[in-house]
Amino acid sequence: MEILPYLLGLTVFFFFGAIGFFLWNVNNGQYDDLESPAHKILFDDDDDMIPDDSKIKKPADKSDNP
Amino acid sequence: MNSTDVPDNHCYHCLLVIPDHLDLTVIIDEKPRAMCCPGCAAVAQTIIDSGLDNYYRHRTINELPTSANARNSSALIPEELALYNSEKLQQSFVTLSAKGTKEATLVIEGITCAACIWLLEHHLQKQPGVASFSVNMTNHRAQISWDEAQIPLSQILSEIHDIGYLAHPYRPDIEEQLLAKEHKRAMRRLGIAGVGMMQVTTLAIALYFGAFSGIEDDIKNNLRWISLIVCTPIVFYAARPFFQAALRDFKTRHLSMDVPVSIAIGAAYIASTWATIFASGEVYFDSVAMFTFFLLFGRYLEMQARHRTGRAGNALQNLLPEAATKILTKDGQSSEQLVAASDLSVGDTVLVKPGQTIPADGIITQGYSSIDESALTGEYLPQRRNLDDNVIGGTINVENPLHIQITKIGAQTQLSAIVRLLERASEEKPAVAKIADSIANYFVAFVLLSALVVSISWYFIDPEQAFWVTLSVLVVTCPCALSLATPTALTTATGTLRQHGFLITRSHVLENLSVTTDIVFDKTGTLTQGNLSIEQTITEFEKSEVLTIAAALEANSEHPIAQAFKPYLQSSASNLEVTLGQGIQGEFQGKIYRIGKAAYASQILTQAAPCPPDDQSHWLLLCDNQQIMAWFSIDDTLRPDSKFCIDYLNKANINVHMLTGDSSSSAETLAEQLGITNVCKGASPADKISYITDLQKDNQRKVVMVGDGINDLPVLAGAQTSIAMGSASDLAKTHADAVLTKGELAVIVTSLTLAKKTKRIIKQNIGWAIGYNFTALPLAAFGLIPPWAAAIGMSLSSLIVVTNALRLSSKKAQASTQQTTQNA
Repeated sequence: MEILPYLLGLTVFFFFGAIGFFLWNVNNGQYDDLESPAHKILFDDDDDMIPDDSKIKKPADKSDNP
Repeated sequence: MNSTDVPDNHCYHCLLVIPDHLDLTVIIDEKPRAMCCPGCAAVAQTIIDSGLDNYYRHRTINELPTSANARNSSALIPEELALYNSEKLQQSFVTLSAKGTKEATLVIEGITCAACIWLLEHHLQKQPGVASFSVNMTNHRAQISWDEAQIPLSQILSEIHDIGYLAHPYRPDIEEQLLAKEHKRAMRRLGIAGVGMMQVTTLAIALYFGAFSGIEDDIKNNLRWISLIVCTPIVFYAARPFFQAALRDFKTRHLSMDVPVSIAIGAAYIASTWATIFASGEVYFDSVAMFTFFLLFGRYLEMQARHRTGRAGNALQNLLPEAATKILTKDGQSSEQLVAASDLSVGDTVLVKPGQTIPADGIITQGYSSIDESALTGEYLPQRRNLDDNVIGGTINVENPLHIQITKIGAQTQLSAIVRLLERASEEKPAVAKIADSIANYFVAFVLLSALVVSISWYFIDPEQAFWVTLSVLVVTCPCALSLATPTALTTATGTLRQHGFLITRSHVLENLSVTTDIVFDKTGTLTQGNLSIEQTITEFEKSEVLTIAAALEANSEHPIAQAFKPYLQSSASNLEVTLGQGIQGEFQGKIYRIGKAAYASQILTQAAPCPPDDQSHWLLLCDNQQIMAWFSIDDTLRPDSKFCIDYLNKANINVHMLTGDSSSSAETLAEQLGITNVCKGASPADKISYITDLQKDNQRKVVMVGDGINDLPVLAGAQTSIAMGSASDLAKTHADAVLTKGELAVIVTSLTLAKKTKRIIKQNIGWAIGYNFTALPLAAFGLIPPWAAAIGMSLSSLIVVTNALRLSSKKAQASTQQTTQNA
């Protein structure tokens, strides 16, 4: 059980780490707008990040590339 | 409904109805889409050209707008935007960052859904020189930082304007800055207490197990020391507001819940620290942490309910224009110069074009026009103003350009006088006694007294037990559930109402609504929509034909009456001649027509002026040079749900009053139509206040005021409860206790019913909390409950209170409300 004091020390370290991270979040305005991030993820604006050959072809493209 | 569902006759961009003759299209998603005006077409084209056509796929369409005022017409013209580049004007809202970029907060108008945010952010981030741009969806404010050398602020504002939004600088008032700070502080406290509570209870479980099955002394001491370290920031930072409030209470000799709370937290912490340092006795760190967290949580919920303001800030400034055109005369030559409105001084002459807002009080030195004073006086038709007449800052010039010599600026203006009236009224606002507070007062005294009795008696029975028994008494009787009883119910009800379009900004609203006896409505803009429409058409010809002719004559006019004819517009007439305040003459399809006041229009007739059909409403005559073609009655359109709302209130035995600044006879007609018996018309802002104060003198009466204009401001501030329409000015919204965000009067009915239900639930909650405390108290006093069990018991009783409050957001409540709105 000698490890126990070290683990407890680690607890304190994590505790202050978690608090520091939380304070950084609050001061940085991470909780200011809780509405729009939920919507943002639904917007398909990643066209430029999808490789051309794996894009789903639109119906209109069919005439060009049969 | 999604983006592909735009009906055929509606604009694909703004969703307004497209005028019949128009054929404007923009290719979006490989299909031509119809547009309602060149403005929409330009905006849509900009969006497409920037490669942001995804906007039309992402947007959500909830309802089709009906009014042409969907977009604010007071848009700044590009040359006025240039004014924002001046250092002097920027001083008040721009800050310089360490990296050399400028930073500012803008208020964006016209945001309707998340896709708007997406569009704005993507479009602006593409602009060279814009370092960052993010929009907050909750309060419609944008944070921007940019490099002035690469892109001037005016350019940024006009980019926002190009994609169809309005941006103006945001200058927060002091009160709002304080609120934001308070909110962040509360969040930090809650977070620290939450994380700390989890840690301490984990350690406490180890200690409890140790107490049952044996534990080595040095491990026990280790665990205690760690608990002490974790608990210290909770007590000294998170629990600080309780100590501060308790200290204040001691100074003012007034008891609140903070006193026993502080004693419990402070005593438990000191005793536990003592026990840790000297390795003896018991520790109660877990109780301290849990207790603090639950109390802070309750406080946080209460604060959320208080802070939901939804205002756009900039209170007074938004009513006056940012810029003015000053006329400089030098050596007999006059030139125009655009200056900041705040730089004007008495004696300056300014040019006010039609559609612009008058920047300060003054006298007309050149020209004549009609002025829209509806916001300040409630008169729904523009008033005629001639040479040497006084005009008021904040009113809108409708017809002709005017030269105005400034006579009063700043605090001397009429607008400022109204604002002062408002400030005084809000100071004199009758105080509302809170049930929970008065109960808590007695309860706290009782708890302190019994804790004292318990500790003294236990000191004689068994001094070693005395401390923890007293602690248990303090914790178990902690008015935690009692303090949560009201805020949780209020928060849930507030949230439910917000979804229905009723935004509560002050905490007393629900309590007051549940006992309302009198509701006072303003007329223009509240019971009516505040824009004119054609009520009646009397003609011997084809109705659509005469309307087309009338619309053609009114096509180019800025007058509010002309707006009523806009839906019938097909093409405009030629050779138009406007006689101010009288009417319009023009040529349409080869014939001369006149529209306007009977006396004016009939001048081209050979016969004498005919009499209007009745004198109840405002009649316009249309005629050609041979005969009378038609009579149109123009009136302010009633809101569709006014009748439903008033009927409900009459049935519920609530006295309905109408209080209006309009002195025309249409006020009585309207009151009769709606079934309102108490009418007071032609009232000035001061009259309105005295009307409400007279009502409020009778203590039996609980008065609610519903209004929207600047002239309603003082009365909104002075009423026990005030509700502003969603379309009201920011200033009115800031000073109202609640805002009808969707402008539906039927929601008032919903809020009245929900307020009654909320009151019932608050009573149940308080009843339960007190009942629990009185049962637990004797058990704790006899030493049957250890402090940890007391903390759990307290948490459980709080949980029951919260669950009960959540019933206010149940599906059932929403379903019944939907039915009410449908019936409307």
